[in-house]
Amino acid sequence: MSTFFDIVASAGLWAAVLRIATPLIFGTLGALLSERSGVLNLGIEGIMTFGAMAGWLAVFNGADLWTGMLVAALSGALFGLVHAAMTVTLGLSQHVTGLGITLFASSLSYYIFRLTVPLASTPPTVTPFQPISVPGLSDLPFVGPALFTQTLPTYLSIVIALLLAYVVYRTPLGLALRMSGENPHAAEAQGVDPVRVRYGAIMAGSALMAMGGAFLTLSAFNSFFPTMVQGRGWICIALVVFASWRPGRALFGALLFAFFDAFQLRLQTVLGNVPYQIFLMMPYILSIAALAVMARRARVPQALMQPYRRGER
Amino acid sequence: MIADTTAAPVLELAHISKRFGPIVANDDISIALGRGELLALLGENGAGKTTLMSILFGHYTPDEGTVRVDGVELPHGRPRAAIKAGVGMVHQHFSLAPNLTVLENVMTGTEPLWSPRSRTSAARRKLLSIAERFGLGVDPDARLGDLSVGEQQRVEILKALYNDARILILDEPTAVLTNIEAERLFTTLREMARQGLSLIFISHKLDEVMAAADRIVVLRGGRVAAERRAAETNKAELAELMVGHRVTRPTREPAKAGATVFQASRLTVSIGGVERLKEIDFFLREGETLGIIGVSGNGQAALSQLMGGLAAPTGGEMRLFGEPVSALDVHDLVEAGIGRIPEDRHRQGAIGEMTIWENAVLERIRQPLFSRRGIVNRSAGQAFAATIIEEFDVRGGTPTSRTRLLSGGNMQKLILGRNLYRRPKILIAAQPTRGLDEGAVAAVHARILDARRQGTAVLLISEDLDEVIGLADRIQAIVKGRLSAPIAAEDADPRRLGLMMSGDWTSSDRTPNDRISDGPPGEGHPHAS
Repeated sequence: MSTFFDIVASAGLWAAVLRIATPLIFGTLGALLSERSGVLNLGIEGIMTFGAMAGWLAVFNGADLWTGMLVAALSGALFGLVHAAMTVTLGLSQHVTGLGITLFASSLSYYIFRLTVPLASTPPTVTPFQPISVPGLSDLPFVGPALFTQTLPTYLSIVIALLLAYVVYRTPLGLALRMSGENPHAAEAQGVDPVRVRYGAIMAGSALMAMGGAFLTLSAFNSFFPTMVQGRGWICIALVVFASWRPGRALFGALLFAFFDAFQLRLQTVLGNVPYQIFLMMPYILSIAALAVMARRARVPQALMQPYRRGER
Repeated sequence: MIADTTAAPVLELAHISKRFGPIVANDDISIALGRGELLALLGENGAGKTTLMSILFGHYTPDEGTVRVDGVELPHGRPRAAIKAGVGMVHQHFSLAPNLTVLENVMTGTEPLWSPRSRTSAARRKLLSIAERFGLGVDPDARLGDLSVGEQQRVEILKALYNDARILILDEPTAVLTNIEAERLFTTLREMARQGLSLIFISHKLDEVMAAADRIVVLRGGRVAAERRAAETNKAELAELMVGHRVTRPTREPAKAGATVFQASRLTVSIGGVERLKEIDFFLREGETLGIIGVSGNGQAALSQLMGGLAAPTGGEMRLFGEPVSALDVHDLVEAGIGRIPEDRHRQGAIGEMTIWENAVLERIRQPLFSRRGIVNRSAGQAFAATIIEEFDVRGGTPTSRTRLLSGGNMQKLILGRNLYRRPKILIAAQPTRGLDEGAVAAVHARILDARRQGTAVLLISEDLDEVIGLADRIQAIVKGRLSAPIAAEDADPRRLGLMMSGDWTSSDRTPNDRISDGPPGEGHPHAS
């Protein structure tokens, strides 16, 4: 029991929670934005991979780190455009299109990586984002090292979560977004074009997903390898349901999952006699349990996964 | 309330015509709406009401005619033009988002999309003041999905008023309401008219039209059949105007009625706990057609479900070929050679994604002719379908083509063919020509007369008065789930039939005006108009 307490009381754990949560926050917000407009985007896993590659490659070729993030976001928006064209304009199956994009974007990432970067025994690296110190706050005991030793993209993800919560609930744009996901016919009848809203939401959402991927290569690590997203995209899809499609809860959900993950990493080192696979399972099992409790009360956008065609009911 | 119709009308539909291929949906329709007036647009399904409203709202472009609001002509085919001009529409199927609040539903689209903040409190004040002005009380912060249907309708009305609508169109507003909610709605509508708003409500219910409207425009077959002030007409006249009457009756041989094949005595049918048919009496005889007339939603659907084996009686007696039966069973009906033409051919008559031959043999697939030991005999099925296509003149398909590719008329001929080919002893035909063009109507009528001549007992349930007068030998009216006593077709004149359909059965021993449930609104008939 005291072991548990020691882990929770260490500032290092909380710093790790924020670091692990960052790509999940980006990805979950991206998926949430898309789903709020009525379109499921299962391309997330591939888009995150592509964003990780594109951002890294830009920096590897001399761009600065923020340009790398921007390149990743633009590449994500481009995949979002493809997804929107297929699912909104053509009204194709959102599942199949999304999985197709995941397979395509993942493979394309590796292909481009292999084409442009020579094969080497140790993967080439870039200089990633460095932790910034916030004057005053970073020097506080415990709180300083726990919360204020992150890189800028981590703080950016939290700002975006709060911003998105404001936009979704407090602006006409957010209402248009929600109405498009709840009842696009009503939106249309009231002068909101659900097709444009969905295009915008899918593309912006995909850009966020790709930024989540780029965080992995430009902040958490400093090199790219094809399997590095490791199912984080799928976690994000589940976190959206856990969050009941609310940005604030999405932030909380991502932090909770990250907490489980950081906790089990530390537990592995303490309880050496238990197979480590058990610990690896822990965040997923706890996530499923949390999902089972939370998702029962979730308010699903009513038009989620329903293609919108003008004039049809 | 005296509507000022002498002044310039606030809304004017002038000489509107709209054709869809050979079908004329609207034929030179002109309607003017005065300020402070409550106008009812009365008509059966398919009379052209919905097409007319779609033209007003710019969803369809009319072939001819103009729409004017306050004397200013609206551009055709521009969905937002009517709304901008102050015309609001309350659809029969609400256009609302159940997960959003009342206020959010109302506010959508009312502010510039990119403004940095929603002006929620100002919007709430405006909504509450409108609600109070017209007695449309509703909690702005309630989640819409938690409201009753009546309250949701109030939100729809509020939405239109919030957008400064001065003219309000309501499409069958009582179809989804309980009686109490409907009364409350009409109180609100009258109050809105009193305060100077102009309203049109679309309906096919005679009672509410007579009770609520200042003026009534009757549409029939895409034309304005009549226009009456409510004070100067009555239900019988409206019923007659709504379902129409033909001057000449098609010639046909007199019936040679044979033995009674089916008899219903004081039969009651409840569906979903609601009494849809109340102690009805009728009988069918060989070589004779019984026609059931009535305004839609009075129990026709329950009657065709009963006779099609889809609903069982909860009281009374039935005799089939002289033998008492407790319920008609689909399988037994097929075996006994009872043909059925269901009311909705797309949903109950045929399976669109399956081939013509599969549809032709579907209900008899277990018979040895079409399958043996669980293996379908495709060639026999296809040969049978080819015979029907040939004999019943089904055009536009081969036995192996998909049924949904057939036009409505040809699909109906296929359904008729599969039933009549076996010379059924009884034929149940529910709305057999609904939605068909003139040519197909004539073909279906000829087939039904043919079957009668060959000794089939026909039960014809139809909302088309011309059809019943043209085909039936005896006529009964269905009103609020009750059947009038039969009259001979020779004695039928439009006035008498109008009285029968309005429920005035002075010549008969029973009247439908005893208190019984008239079923939830919209019972049975699809709102496909």
